[in-house]
Amino acid sequence: MVQYSSGRLDVSFAALSDATRRGVLEELGRADASITDLAQTFHMTLTGMRKHVGVLEQAQLVTTEKVGRVRTCRLGPRRLDEETVWIDWYRQLWESRFDALDQVVEDLKQKEKTDGRTNDV
Amino acid sequence: MDAPTTFEPTPVKHPTTVERTAEREFVVTRTFDGPAHLVFDAWTKPELLKQWWAPKSMGMSLVSCETDVRVGGTYRFVFGLDDSQTTAFFGTYLEVTPPSRLVWTNDEGEAGQSVTTLTFEEKEGQTLLVLHELHPSKEATDEGIGFGDGLRETFGQLDELLVGLA
Repeated sequence: MVQYSSGRLDVSFAALSDATRRGVLEELGRADASITDLAQTFHMTLTGMRKHVGVLEQAQLVTTEKVGRVRTCRLGPRRLDEETVWIDWYRQLWESRFDALDQVVEDLKQKEKTDGRTNDV
Repeated sequence: MDAPTTFEPTPVKHPTTVERTAEREFVVTRTFDGPAHLVFDAWTKPELLKQWWAPKSMGMSLVSCETDVRVGGTYRFVFGLDDSQTTAFFGTYLEVTPPSRLVWTNDEGEAGQSVTTLTFEEKEGQTLLVLHELHPSKEATDEGIGFGDGLRETFGQLDELLVGLA
């Protein structure tokens, strides 16, 4: 039995929530590339691509290394297995739902109290 | 008992646990600060379900929500993933025992029916909710049945990507 702790993959999720960043990972899965290469492939400015790579770097999905004037990107140390990604998404979904449900239950409790008082009169 | 209260109580945030208990089973647990009959209502009344079932933070909205909460009755929730796409979540109630137990099937998956069992256990004004999902096959479990086509598509892309990275 495996229990999945909360928050472990939040950064990865943010990183993977964007189609360009997923594309970048796919590209890097094929071969290492420079920021300039990636910017060209995705028809994007260098600044825009640097930001995306920065997010992936933070999630340890990508590492970069500057050699001379070229920053080369490659896949990082973190590999996500499919099940973990799936479960974490599932947990996030229920967590978000339950946060909203807390409020619904609280409102119902208040309403019941108010109604109860009204009925007593 | 008639002391006036002017503050809005903030609900305490309880942890949500998710466990894969077997190849085809998931169990989600969560405690709520309220009696079981209120939590049960929130799971069965459309006007209440609309307030929480499709969290905005997950990029979802609930377009419509119909429930016929009795044994053999059906439910149908329609989600909007964006302006152009909607996806339906539907099935049949197998057991309805307010306020302690609710069992339904979920029928939109291609790989067969999954069954969700909810139990509501009240203790000292709080309710422990246990959600148990049984999927028709390991494949269906792995594919993430119950998330609707739009989300499945997103996950499909992610799956392909992850396979590529493996």
